[in-house]
This record gives sequence, C-alpha cells and structure tokens, in this order.
Amino acid sequence: MSLIKKMKEGLSKTRNSLSQKLFDTFIKYKYISEELYEDLEETLITADISAELAFEFLDQLRDNAANKKIEEVSLLYDELKDILANAIPREEKINIANELNVILLVGVNGVGKTTSAGKIAKMLNDDGKKTMLVAADTFRAAAAEQLTVWAQRSNSLIVKHETGSDPAAVIFDAIHSARARNVDVLIVDTAGRLHNKKNLMNELAKINRVLGREIEGAPHETLLVLDATTGQNGLYQAEAFNEATQLSGMILTKMDGTAKGGIIFNISKEFGVPVKYIGVGEKVEDLIPFERNEFIRALFEDVK
Amino acid sequence: MAFEGLSEKLQDTFKKLRGKGKLSEKDVKDALREVRMALLQADVNFKVVKDFIKAVEKEAVGESVLKSITPGQQVIKIVNDELIKLLGGSAVKLELTKAKPHSILLAGLQGAGKTTHAGKIALHLRKNGRNPLLVACDVYRPAAIDQLKILGEQIDIDVFSIDGEKDVVKIAKEAKDYAINQANDVLIVDTAGRLHVDSTLMEELKSLKNHLDPDEILLVVDAMTGQDAVNVAQTFNKDIDVTGIVMTKMDGDTRGGAALSIRAVTGSPIKFIGTGEKLNALEAFYPDRMSSRILGMGDVLTLIEKAQTSFDQDKMQKLEERIKKDKFTFNDFLLQLEQMKDMGPLEDLLGMIPGMGNNKQLKNLQVDENELKSIEAIVLSMTHQERENPEILNSSRKKRIAQGSGTSVQMVNRLLKQFSQTRKMLKQFNTGGKGKKSKFKFPF
Repeated sequence: MSLIKKMKEGLSKTRNSLSQKLFDTFIKYKYISEELYEDLEETLITADISAELAFEFLDQLRDNAANKKIEEVSLLYDELKDILANAIPREEKINIANELNVILLVGVNGVGKTTSAGKIAKMLNDDGKKTMLVAADTFRAAAAEQLTVWAQRSNSLIVKHETGSDPAAVIFDAIHSARARNVDVLIVDTAGRLHNKKNLMNELAKINRVLGREIEGAPHETLLVLDATTGQNGLYQAEAFNEATQLSGMILTKMDGTAKGGIIFNISKEFGVPVKYIGVGEKVEDLIPFERNEFIRALFEDVK
Repeated sequence: MAFEGLSEKLQDTFKKLRGKGKLSEKDVKDALREVRMALLQADVNFKVVKDFIKAVEKEAVGESVLKSITPGQQVIKIVNDELIKLLGGSAVKLELTKAKPHSILLAGLQGAGKTTHAGKIALHLRKNGRNPLLVACDVYRPAAIDQLKILGEQIDIDVFSIDGEKDVVKIAKEAKDYAINQANDVLIVDTAGRLHVDSTLMEELKSLKNHLDPDEILLVVDAMTGQDAVNVAQTFNKDIDVTGIVMTKMDGDTRGGAALSIRAVTGSPIKFIGTGEKLNALEAFYPDRMSSRILGMGDVLTLIEKAQTSFDQDKMQKLEERIKKDKFTFNDFLLQLEQMKDMGPLEDLLGMIPGMGNNKQLKNLQVDENELKSIEAIVLSMTHQERENPEILNSSRKKRIAQGSGTSVQMVNRLLKQFSQTRKMLKQFNTGGKGKKSKFKFPF
C-alpha cells in the first residue's frame, strides 16, 4: 500500500468528521454570514483547537476576507485552509545520520510510547538500519515484556533490566551493547509520567544527560508522544517535556479514531515543535511520516 | 491539580463581580462569557458548555439576583449549583446487586488505564470485605495479561487467564466457574482498549456484556481527554449501556472538563477517580467537592478526610500538649514528618487548601520530597539525647550527624536554625493573646 494511500486511510475518520462538518457548513451557507463564522468556530473548537486560537484564526480569516474582498463561501474555505496549514510547521525528517543515533520517546501515561517504539523500529529496519529497543520503562508492570513482543515483531534487538531498576543503567548498558554490535539507531522507550510530577521529570532530565554524556549529540531525536484525543492539557505536556528534554518533534497517536488532534495547532504556535509521525492503528506498520500538505489536504479533500 | 486553572479563571471573573454592589444584565453576561471561555479551555464539550451557560443565564439574569444585596455571590452560587447538578449531584457507589458472583466490566480506549484500575478496584473491593477475582480479557495488547498478573501479585489477588485463548466470552465463562469454585464473589474483567469506531471490537464487547450480564459496566476515561470525549462516551454508552465512569490520571494538571461532558452526555455517574500510579490511588468522586474545587473554594473536605485517616489522633493530641508546654523537640518533629508523609505528596495537599489553588507564588513552589528525606535522615542520625536537647549539638556532633545522614554540616545547621525558628513561632502561638491561644489548634 502506498504511503499516501495509507495516510489517507488512516486520516479518513478524522477527515470525515472535521471536513464533512466543514463541507456541510459550506453548502449550508450560500453567503458569508455571522452564522457561518459561528459554525466555523464550533468546528474548530470541537477539533480541540483552543477557543482562543480558534478566534485568532477566524479573526485572521475575517481580515483576509475583507482585504482580498472574498465573497464566495468556497473561496473563504480555501482561505481558512491556508491559514490552518500555515499554522503548523513543515514536515521534517528524523535525524539519524550519525554513527550511533538515539531516539528518545517521552510522554504521559497511556499515549502509546511502547507501541510507537516498536513501529519506528520496524520502519527503520525496513530502511536497512540496525535498531535496538531500550526498555527504559522500568516502572510499569510488564512494560519490558510488552516491548519484547514489539522487538520480535519489528525484528530488532532489545536491552532490558528487571522491573524497578534504574532506567539510566539500562540505557548505559544498551549504549555499550549497541557499540559492540554496530547498531545504527537506539530507540529508548521511557516510563509514562505526568508532566506535573517534578521528581519524575527530573529523572527524565537525568536520562537525557546520561545520553548526552555517552554519545555526542544524543539524543538526536526527542519525540513527545501525544494522544490525539488529548485536549488543552496537551499544551502543558509539551511545555513540561520540552523543558526537561528539549523536544525535537512529536508523534501524534491514535489518529484512526474520531479525535482530530487540533491541539497540535496550539503546540505549534507556542513551541514550533513539528509532528514527525502519526499513529493510525495497532499493527506494526501503522505509523506513517507526517506530511503537512497531505495532512491538510486529507483533512479537507472531500470538500471539493 | 485538576480544575485548578478553571477555578483561577472563574475566581478572576468573580472578583470583578464581587466588587459590585449591584449587577446589570450586562455584567452577568460579561461574566458568563468568561465562564464560557474557562469551561472551553477546561475541555468541556462545546455543546455542553452552551447548555450550561444557558441554564446559568436563565437563573442569573432573574430579578431576585440583580436586586439582591450580594449579586456577585448569588451568581457564584448559581454557577456552583449548576456545576454540581451537571457533575451528578451526589457521590454514587458501586452497585453489586445481581446474582453472585457479581461482575464488573471495564471498557475504554487504549491507554486510558483499564488494567491499572482493574487492580485498584480489586484492592478497593477487598478492603470492603469482598473476595474479588481479576479476569484477563485483554487478549490483544502484548503483555497485557502479564501486566494484570503482576498487579494481582502485588496486591495478592487471584488473576484468571487462559494462555493463548482469543475468545473472550470463553475466558469469561470459565472465569465464572472458577470464581464459584474459589468462592470469589466479584469478577473484575479487564478488556482490551479499543476505538469506539472499531465495529469488530465493539461487537466483541457487546457479546462479552451479554454473556456476563455485569452488575457494573465502567467506562474508563483519561481525564486529559478533549472534545472527543463525548463521541467516545456516547458510542460506548449506546453499544454496552455504561453504568458508571472512572476518570483516570486526575493527579495531572488537567482541568478535567471531560468529566463534565461525559456526565452530561451519558447520564452515567462518575464512580471513581484515579489519582496516581500506586494501586491505592483510587478515590470516590464527589461532585460537590469537585465543584467547589472548580470554583476555587478549595477541596477542604478531602483534605480533612485525608488528615483524619492518616493521622493518629492520640499521637497528635500528645503533640499538641507538648507544644503548649513548649516542649517541642526533634522527636516530635520526626513524628510529625512521618504523619505528613502518610498523607501523600505535599503539592497535592497544598492544592486542596482554599486560596492556595490560585496563589501564583505557591503554584511555582514545588515541594521537594527529596529534601524531606534528607531532613529525616539528619534527625534520625541524632542520638535520643540530641533530639530532646538540640542545644547540646556542638561542631563535632554536627559533623558526625552530617556524615551519618549523608548530608553536610551546612544542611544540619540550616535545619537547626529552621527548627529553632519553628519553636519560637510555636511559643508565640502559645503565649499570644488570650483569645488567640484558645483558638489555636495544631493544624491537624
């Protein structure tokens, strides 16, 4: 299956609910009216774009409509599409050009870090890289067992310790093992932690430091795994994790549901962190690179 | 702290209203506009907010409010009342009323916390005299069954699973027979996380429900969920008739508006909230407490309850006596420290105190639990005599204590200074004005 097709398929639910609504909105209104703007407001807010930012987008839309003398509803729609597209960063490839690369996965509990680790490993292995999964979630019961299954599914190496051991020690071991076995990419799965727990965030900062000390420039990618169903709290998650580990990107998971993941607009605005992958299912191949234009196009394509 | 932000916003709004002797219709509308923004920012669903604002406006713009002596207070009261109503009125307990063995089915999206909460609910039921059995029906997620087994081991509760079996109805059937044999009176059935739009898996859940005929069907929902919470809750409710909600990860800083939305669209009560990763971090949901927390009145009831269950009343009475007699020593201090630790993280406690929720300075204050550990180590490294008479601490004793506790002499000195200040303060409380003295009670 082609990448684009898969992306479209994965996004179809999102697309249907967001743009079907937009589509309905646009055929409902023959002329640009206050009611039309109110409908748009509801559409944007129920996509989990913050009310404040939704108002900003709509104010911008009003201004642009006035300046460009837009009178047709369909042209107004195009304008909104442009505004939304410009509000999120362009796609960026992950940085794995070094001799030994480290991808660190961070996030709150239950967002899909372990699953994403397995999926990334599979993707990189298919690309001819040698990957090693690192079970640095030593807290959650059976987290290492879960990652072991993903190592088998993705055909990767894995390093794990006993539950309750020091995650930094697991990482230390993994680095040495990776060097001995000529591994290209280490994928570090960390324990889920709520971003307001200071001690747990300090632990993460320590993991980050250990990596940097052992391998120059590591972690080369620090990806925040974000559940697409997350509401406004997503912004606080991005803020806290960015402070502890300097995020280089995000993975937006569970995009095969009805959630729209609109919080990425707020995160983009505040931190400019690009989405690098989206998760669209439970299978090992259900992770696809994020492409902004495709993302936006797919969101709206059935409107035309 | 959940809802903290919402209460801050509402408090800002109402500060403006409080200042006014008389409100105009426009004042109320302005305030409600801010309430609307706050609720949306808290992830309460767009439509739910709309209905809520309508209900409040109808009440608040009435003449009795506008002409009352304290209109601001009146509006706050109405918002509070409506919030409580929306949150479900009063706390609702688990209802196990069908034939034994009872069963509780847990369902929800991936990563909501079903497996962890299966363990928590099992522990909760055992504390209430039940003999629960955990049933592993998550046959999809890798190691999900292992996870449940480990949790079961931690709390010493039996876990029923069938290796390699993918038919969840069969597992449930055999679990029931097993429970009858083992005299378990409640089955807690953990299921795989599933998207509400996954029709195959929703069908599986339906047949599991039909077979089990559970006493409770609990939808487990992440408190950080945004607008989509209503879609999820609506579909699960339609397919399997949810009887209650478990809101998880409430120890995060999410405002938790999803709780309001889900309650509003399903009509099912929120029965539990999850407040941590430990298996005892499960609390009953009290709509009135949550509402006062939303409105910034502080969650004093929870705080008092925590204090009462964690603090040994006898010991505290003795401590109070000692303070009154100006005999507060490091031994008393240690006792106090231990009791504090039993109450849970200090940050959580601070958030429950009225006015603390929106105290900007305190918000940035993070209590370092590690520092508490060092303090404890210092005191534990003192001899009994030193604890009772800190005055005898000379530099060689301090050096020994620093070494023994793995800290530094500076830290020991700092603690001693703080201790003597505390003592002075306590003395002032006791020798202060007569009225003050009779009123003073040791915090807990």
